[in-house]
Amino acid sequence: MVSPALRQHEDDPSGKHILAVDDIGRILDRIAHQILEKTKGAPDTMLLGIPTRGVALAGRLAERIRRFADIDVPAGTLDITLYRDDLRRNALRALGPTELPAGGVDDQRVILVDDVLYSGRTVRAALNAVHDLGRPASVQLAILVDRGHRELPIRADYVGKNIPTARDENVAVRLTEYDGFDAVVLTGGRER
Amino acid sequence: MRHLLTTKELTREEAELILDLSGQMADAVTGREVPKLPALRGRTVVNLFYEDSTRTRTSFETAAKRLSADVVNFAAKTSSINKGESLRDTALTLQAMGADAVVIRHPAAGAPQRLTEWLDGAVLNAGDGTHAHPTQALLDAYTMKRRLGGIEGRTVAIVGDILHSRVARSNIWLLSKLGANVRLVGPPTLLPKGIDDWPVEIGYDLDASLKGADAVMMLRVQRERQNAAFFPTANEYARLYGLDERRLALLPDHAIVMHPGPMNRGMEIAATVADSPRATITEQVTNGVWVRMAVLYLLLTNGEAR
Repeated sequence: MVSPALRQHEDDPSGKHILAVDDIGRILDRIAHQILEKTKGAPDTMLLGIPTRGVALAGRLAERIRRFADIDVPAGTLDITLYRDDLRRNALRALGPTELPAGGVDDQRVILVDDVLYSGRTVRAALNAVHDLGRPASVQLAILVDRGHRELPIRADYVGKNIPTARDENVAVRLTEYDGFDAVVLTGGRER
Repeated sequence: MRHLLTTKELTREEAELILDLSGQMADAVTGREVPKLPALRGRTVVNLFYEDSTRTRTSFETAAKRLSADVVNFAAKTSSINKGESLRDTALTLQAMGADAVVIRHPAAGAPQRLTEWLDGAVLNAGDGTHAHPTQALLDAYTMKRRLGGIEGRTVAIVGDILHSRVARSNIWLLSKLGANVRLVGPPTLLPKGIDDWPVEIGYDLDASLKGADAVMMLRVQRERQNAAFFPTANEYARLYGLDERRLALLPDHAIVMHPGPMNRGMEIAATVADSPRATITEQVTNGVWVRMAVLYLLLTNGEAR
């Protein structure tokens, strides 16, 4: 059963806005700088966005890294649908494309990019998907929002914002590329 | 969608979903270091073949293995089926072993339908008598979509032994549902009776039917199903209904030549035509794997499967 608050959100995002467009911009600026710092100028590095919204975030990070340091870090797409562990239980999911930058993942530093880190199951699936594509030198994880409640031993290397949540709440990331505006919205759960 | 028995019962939306998924499967696997996806790990797919087949059985087997399913092959000639076990008893055996999907080919029309009454798992029809062969039609449609850019409004000539062809029947329902114009061409003795309400044009002159066709689908003359004289000699059949170089030139430049295989070279199709770049015969085989992956994925992961 979808809570009334969530249903309302589908049409009009009137949930609790946690981050606005400026916050998201600053967070991405910071993550881009952190990537440059932690990887010492990002040689042999690629960003792989996990559909849907990780793809746009990976593109934005690549654009910022190019702007800040004049370094080209290619951005690609990694679809993980067929690697999910709940295929048998849930309704059919359409597959998305997987588009790797030229050269593939072999011996590259692969930075996975997603919008929300929650149970960790998506990242687990992504690690398996990368493993089937080749042998990267290392794999890191960049995430816009970490909402906790991990079910697997997974943590992110780059975290935009930690948002403590209840399990019955929902964190929705809205991005201009898909939704026409940037925001992170908390919906559902009991009123607090 | 629980089973895939015929293309007639598919909705247009379901058919288009399968074709889209097939393309996504091709993209997901092509050019990878490990051409295998874990989507059906731990599921069992049984190939139950009461008729000879290399292409369809290996295609289903490859598709299932690409999705990491376990595959069990039952061939009638080497199993207890040969000792007189009934279809129902075989089905109950498979049920007891926990088959998640059963791919069945059977000489009797309707056998896959009966199987659905005894099994909890999904049933995929891989050809039943002269009735239906849905995955072949889907891979033909997928090939046309890829090569012609679409199916809506295209004209397809299906040529030859329509009477005995489950491939033709499945294609007629699928392609007309997807908006193609379907022409049937063959000797009157090899066209079924009572097809006035089929969504097709019927012709007896191959030269005339080739004009303006975007795709021509040559059918194998199924001698193993023929116990009567449907045409005087093989030579005459080849002359009247075989696709040779002269007839190939009658087709528009963009038109493709399809054949579900196995071919009788020199009979319904000349060797030079079968090997020409306009023939999509090996491409159809490749596409068959994508389409069967899509169908297995659709039937085994939709949350309706047990």
